[in-house]
Amino acid sequence: MSIIVENLSKHYGHLKAVDNISFEIHHGEIVGFLGPNGAGKTTTMRILTSYLSPTSGEVIIEGKNIREQTIETRRLIGYLPESNPLYSDMNVLDYLEFVAKLQGVDKTKISKRVREMIGVCGLNEVKHMDIGQLSKGYRQRVGLAQAMIHDPKILIMDEPTSGLDPNQIVEIRNLIRQLGKEKTVILSTHILPEVQATCNRVLIINKGKIVADGTPSELQSGFHGYERIFVEIEKPDGYDFEMLQVKFNSLPTIKQITLMYERDGILRMKFEAEKGTDIRKQIYQICKENNFSLIELHREQTSLEDVFHQLTLEAA
Amino acid sequence: MENIITIFKKELKSYFDSAMAYIIIVVFVGLLGWFFTSSLFLVNLATLRSFFETAPFLLLFFGPAITMRLISEEKKSGTIELLATKPIQDYEIIIGKFLSAWALFVIALLPTLIYYFTITILGDIEIGPVIGGYLGLILVGAVFIAIGVFGSTLTENQVVAFIISFLFVFILFILDKILMFAPGFLASILEYISIDYHFSNIARGVIDTRDLIYYISAIVLMLYLSTVVISKRRWA
Repeated sequence: MSIIVENLSKHYGHLKAVDNISFEIHHGEIVGFLGPNGAGKTTTMRILTSYLSPTSGEVIIEGKNIREQTIETRRLIGYLPESNPLYSDMNVLDYLEFVAKLQGVDKTKISKRVREMIGVCGLNEVKHMDIGQLSKGYRQRVGLAQAMIHDPKILIMDEPTSGLDPNQIVEIRNLIRQLGKEKTVILSTHILPEVQATCNRVLIINKGKIVADGTPSELQSGFHGYERIFVEIEKPDGYDFEMLQVKFNSLPTIKQITLMYERDGILRMKFEAEKGTDIRKQIYQICKENNFSLIELHREQTSLEDVFHQLTLEAA
Repeated sequence: MENIITIFKKELKSYFDSAMAYIIIVVFVGLLGWFFTSSLFLVNLATLRSFFETAPFLLLFFGPAITMRLISEEKKSGTIELLATKPIQDYEIIIGKFLSAWALFVIALLPTLIYYFTITILGDIEIGPVIGGYLGLILVGAVFIAIGVFGSTLTENQVVAFIISFLFVFILFILDKILMFAPGFLASILEYISIDYHFSNIARGVIDTRDLIYYISAIVLMLYLSTVVISKRRWA
């Protein structure tokens, strides 16, 4: 087990920023902390990295307790804090070297590690520049490079893609997926597609509590009671919606068919079927047998967005 | 220890990478030179006494000035979170930064040796009091810098840090001026706490153990309090 969190709480006065949460993270998982702003993601990360002390509860990282062996656990972690703070008056090389020394990288290996990180993070063009002069994308890469400089087993990143342009976001996500193959990665975000794109596990956090825990697809499918299929067909001569309904109702797992609209001789219908069944093929068969002109047939994936909204807004 | 050296080097380099170090050195040495030469020919004695009398006053400003950004800037830019999550102790951060400011101060003192050599040309000068004076100055500087580091931990704003630290050293400085209002038993304590009382020994080029204990305990106390302040965030 890479990280074990037990009954962790952090109170600021009366505010419970983190409220008695427990979870375990295995080696090699890429876990996304998902939640609205102020949900407790950053506080949880700050406790894991020993920036804050918990009010109560325990955190065990690679078998070491963060209270008793804080220096050892910090060595195991690479951390990219929220908003990626950096020394703007240092140049990239000096900065990475400085961090490598603080992280206790072997003296003989420092320059090699710095070179490697500059390569991995694509910083070669800017390595002699002051960090203050760099664009946001480069700054983010410097932040990642410093987090990985000591080749940590665990990477903790607080909103690693915030403020980047779409191309840079794709780049950083690829980098994270790459890293996830050999490291345990925790990242936080409030951008849902990011979780789908990078994580193999999601913890949805709201008001200091974990409200959902699973793979993105588990969360998506486990949520809605029905499979939803949208069907558009050209209105056949002599048929109205009720007659079509009767035709399709013979399908085995169908629960309900509703008409969404009729426009220009085209009917749009919503089919709801039992979860885990795919009846698109049967729908096509019926259309073929009856000579209906099928125009559109698509199954709706419940988006993580729906899950998120439901979980974080219902609780509110 | 290694972490302290790493932080020390980084901070010292950052002084010299910005204009800060050069401005401090030029202004400090220039002002001291002016005070020193303006009285030298009046008293017509081969002595550095006026130099050692003036230097501590300048330190009232220079101590807080060179330390004001040390921690406050880390808080403002958020880099304190980077430092504090590295496998190092909070006190190592404080000591490394303190030593870098102290080193800058010692470097700024080096050019003033010119005044000493100038005087050796003009007349005979006793070396003992000069060494004692410099040692005293370096120690008083350390006290003011430690106070400055502490002031810098209290705020995100450099200017506020400067003002807090300046008020602090100024109170230490005027403490013995209010002695006449204090009751007898307090008077001797206040006199001991007052830094001006220890200044006069420096000017004479004498350092006794009472002074040494004063300087060292003040430095340790200030660095300890600074560490407490930056560690406090964990429990906030």
